[in-house]
Amino acid sequence: MAYQPKHTERMYVMMGIVILVAITFLGRLFYIQVVDESYRLSADNNVLRYQVEFPARGLIYDRNGELLVFNEAAYDLMVTPRQAINIDTAEMCQILGMSREVFIQKLDEARAYSSRKPTVFQKQISGVTYANLQEKLYRMSGFFVQKRTLRKYPQPIAGHLLGYVGEASQTILEQNPYYKKGDYVGISGLEKSYENELRGRKGVRVIMVDVFNREKGRYKEGKYDTVAIAGKTLTSSIDAELQAYGERLMKNKTGAIVAIEPSTGEILALISGPTYDPNLLVGRVRSQNYSILLKDTLKPLFNRALMSEQNPPGSTFKVLNALIGQQVGVLNENTTYRCPRGYVSGKFRMGCHDHRSPLNLRESIQHSCNAYYGNVFRNIIDHTGKPWEGYAIWRDHVMSFGLGIKFNTDLPVEYAGSVPSPKFYDKYYGEHRWKSLTIISMAIGQGELGATPLQLANMTAAIANRGYYYPPHLVKAIDGKPISNRFTEKQVTTINREYFDPVVDGMAMVFQQGGTGYRSRLDSLEMCGKTGTAQNPHGEDHSIFICFAPKDNPKIALAVFVENGGGGSKYGAPIASLMVEKYLRDTISRTAFEKVILDTDLITNPPKKKEKH
Amino acid sequence: MRRQESIFAGIDWVTVILYLVLVLIGWVNIYAAVYNEEHQSILDTSQRYGKQLIWIGLSLFVAFIIMLIDGKFYSTFAIPIYVVLLGVLVIVLVTARDVSGARSWIDIGAFKLQPSEFAKSTTALALAYYLSTLNIRMEDLSTKLIAAVILIIPAALILLQNDTGSALVFGSFALVLYREGLSGNFLLFGLAMVVIFIFSLLFTPLIMLYILGTIGVLVFFFQRKKTWRLALSIGAALIVLMGMVYSVDYVFNEVLEPHQQVRIDVLLGKKDDLKGAGYNVNQSKIAIGSGGFAGKGFLKGTQTKYDFVPEQTTDFIFCTVGEEWGFLGAFLVIALFSALILRIVFVSERQKSSFTRIYGYCVASILLFHFIINVGMTIGLMPVIGIPLPFFSYGGSSLLGFTILLFIFVKLDGYRLQQLR
Repeated sequence: MAYQPKHTERMYVMMGIVILVAITFLGRLFYIQVVDESYRLSADNNVLRYQVEFPARGLIYDRNGELLVFNEAAYDLMVTPRQAINIDTAEMCQILGMSREVFIQKLDEARAYSSRKPTVFQKQISGVTYANLQEKLYRMSGFFVQKRTLRKYPQPIAGHLLGYVGEASQTILEQNPYYKKGDYVGISGLEKSYENELRGRKGVRVIMVDVFNREKGRYKEGKYDTVAIAGKTLTSSIDAELQAYGERLMKNKTGAIVAIEPSTGEILALISGPTYDPNLLVGRVRSQNYSILLKDTLKPLFNRALMSEQNPPGSTFKVLNALIGQQVGVLNENTTYRCPRGYVSGKFRMGCHDHRSPLNLRESIQHSCNAYYGNVFRNIIDHTGKPWEGYAIWRDHVMSFGLGIKFNTDLPVEYAGSVPSPKFYDKYYGEHRWKSLTIISMAIGQGELGATPLQLANMTAAIANRGYYYPPHLVKAIDGKPISNRFTEKQVTTINREYFDPVVDGMAMVFQQGGTGYRSRLDSLEMCGKTGTAQNPHGEDHSIFICFAPKDNPKIALAVFVENGGGGSKYGAPIASLMVEKYLRDTISRTAFEKVILDTDLITNPPKKKEKH
Repeated sequence: MRRQESIFAGIDWVTVILYLVLVLIGWVNIYAAVYNEEHQSILDTSQRYGKQLIWIGLSLFVAFIIMLIDGKFYSTFAIPIYVVLLGVLVIVLVTARDVSGARSWIDIGAFKLQPSEFAKSTTALALAYYLSTLNIRMEDLSTKLIAAVILIIPAALILLQNDTGSALVFGSFALVLYREGLSGNFLLFGLAMVVIFIFSLLFTPLIMLYILGTIGVLVFFFQRKKTWRLALSIGAALIVLMGMVYSVDYVFNEVLEPHQQVRIDVLLGKKDDLKGAGYNVNQSKIAIGSGGFAGKGFLKGTQTKYDFVPEQTTDFIFCTVGEEWGFLGAFLVIALFSALILRIVFVSERQKSSFTRIYGYCVASILLFHFIINVGMTIGLMPVIGIPLPFFSYGGSSLLGFTILLFIFVKLDGYRLQQLR
């Protein structure tokens, strides 16, 4: 074959093309591999999935270690819309028992939230559904099951104070980035007050998936995983047994009982009647039950113990006037007043009931004499010569017992009640154009005064302590460590210690022969109490009773408030004394007496007759 | 006799070593792409890396056989071999079953072969034989026509098998014809066609008129002699080109298959269909791009291992290189391919036999075409055309075909020295 040295130079064209191609490729590779970072993110999006591990919510115990709230496993079906492609919709609908329209609508809703992030598709699916679904789930790309916990209550008590958890609202989602759509958050009660302690901390598992979204293992051996930390355990101040008993006593009645341990301010029982079983507000049935409870005319969701603020304390308030009178020097234990069946001043008359006369300070409490306190109150208001000054002094004393203020402790909700300022009357009657007689109804705890049952219980605790209280609160310890904060700071009243003795004596005499609480006495235990009646312009008066026991070194102070229960001696005193007996003696000796209260149904048979004490 | 003691005498070890290195790296990447914990043995023939190992062994055996055969055999039997393979291609066309749209496979026992992979070698031999015949001049029209026929017959048969990618490979022989004297204008014309085709898809005919018109005016003013004849020729060229511009739409819409249209649209950025046609390229770019400078490390590539990249052992094997070995690894592979092609060109030029030289250019051109299309496609510079990366991609026919292609050249080169002795 002939050698043809033709066109040899064209080898350089060929070589040039090879080199040009190599340079182009390397430039391009350098750009997408080294310069442009976005491919790395895309790769992570492809392969990494962030699985949230939900911590167990903290448990809640009562003061004696009895379990009040625990958790039960539940399963949420989640969906990541972007990956939910080529789904056998018919099969899915059949397993979930939903129509195709609902299925598509739910998927659209999830997509509207985010197509990349997992969203709850169906909440709390049943165990059976979960079992059926699990076999098919590998074919349903984009769907997975997330384990969650549901609250459970071994006893159907304390719904109001424990509160409930629900899905985080849009507002919460916007305010707190910790919460993601579908997360649970405490909405009321202790669940809300102690949300941060109870919720624990969510964990994240970073896993790798293949193109079919099948799990392929942990990313970097779990280097970027965080462990879920369980919520803290709360020890509530509640005595579950007392709480349950109080709820039984309040059955078929509207009203409230608040019991406090005076030496600590710990709330032993907080009952609002009618109450509800907290298990009703759990899981998928919650919203349905919630709207039923919301529509109930008896307002079971309304926490009367903390929110019923417009009712006057009635005659229970006389004990405060007795203390203030002594403190400002217009009254001592031997002061006596006559009672001509009422308090009379000029044309004004404030009626009283039949009792012997005259009475001293102790007896005035025992018999709840209106005339006595008409005199005492006017002397307090007028003792400086200027009613507005006297009133301001009186008001400061009243508020030192926690009336007219909020305690701002761990209570889920709390109203301040009302102790009007002098300015209120200036506005109403004209500046300084009012005097003691104008506001005389406050002598017997009526008029513009308003106090919640909690405030009355706290006032009673302050009297039981002879001059101080601890802000009432619901939690004793967190994770076994006793709380130490402002709840444990002593709040001192403005009344000197020695002025309490005659008042406490009088309160003990309430349970003695002739006293307004005599029927509710307990022979084995010296109790101190005071009846009250809150005037109710809309119907039968409300029955009120405050009480503490034993007289020396008291262990329990409580306030009972029975709507439309009439006089304080009628329902308030019996319920209070039964609560005391239950707490201090553990067994009820007066079974017939107890039966009457338990059988009373004020809701279907509201009382008609009016009486005042 | 010295001649008999070594069939490896005069062998170009640089080419052979580059080949062996590429095959080895390719196999390592196939192993990484399909790696899973359950099948760790490299000899597990249920896995692709196990099968590929068998094909590598077979290829080396075939290479050895090629080295045993006398160098004269290839030029002597170039035409019969070519004709036999055309016959096989026809048989395939008649008997083959559809495999994902293409009818290019033939069953031989347990193995499936793709004759089109071997058609490249046989066509190269036939072309080399014809062009190296005495008194053949590239300038002659008859030479051009006969050369074209040699190329077009196998390409057409492969096109009929619905294997467009493999058919396009035959276009690479244009470089061989150029080296043998074909006017550079043919290449420039081909290049201009491609450029006009792309621009016509991107711009409206009016804009194309402006662009081409401007170029024409510039050409006119930069010529020293501004004659009427020149102006007329430029005007005529403009009219022809505009005719082409208008025909592009027709070709694009009527001649190209819908999936081919989409692939071109995706490449030109006219469509951003990341779930459909653009998915492959996008995932491929993500895999390579996420490798970074030094890569994620051997067996650490998540995109390829977890099947985000389709066809990751075959057409998109370069993704595994890019993801696990990063820019450094990609650099090495590109350098190796470039070195191999350049070496073949260099070795071809030192031949006294024009048969060997032309055959060498055929080998270099085919490898270059595969390299440009395959790597270019994985990094989004070329449309998705399903042709393998030589020596790398999983697949017995492909590896065997390229091995035969290359080692015939190695043998021919060695034979040159044997003759001299």
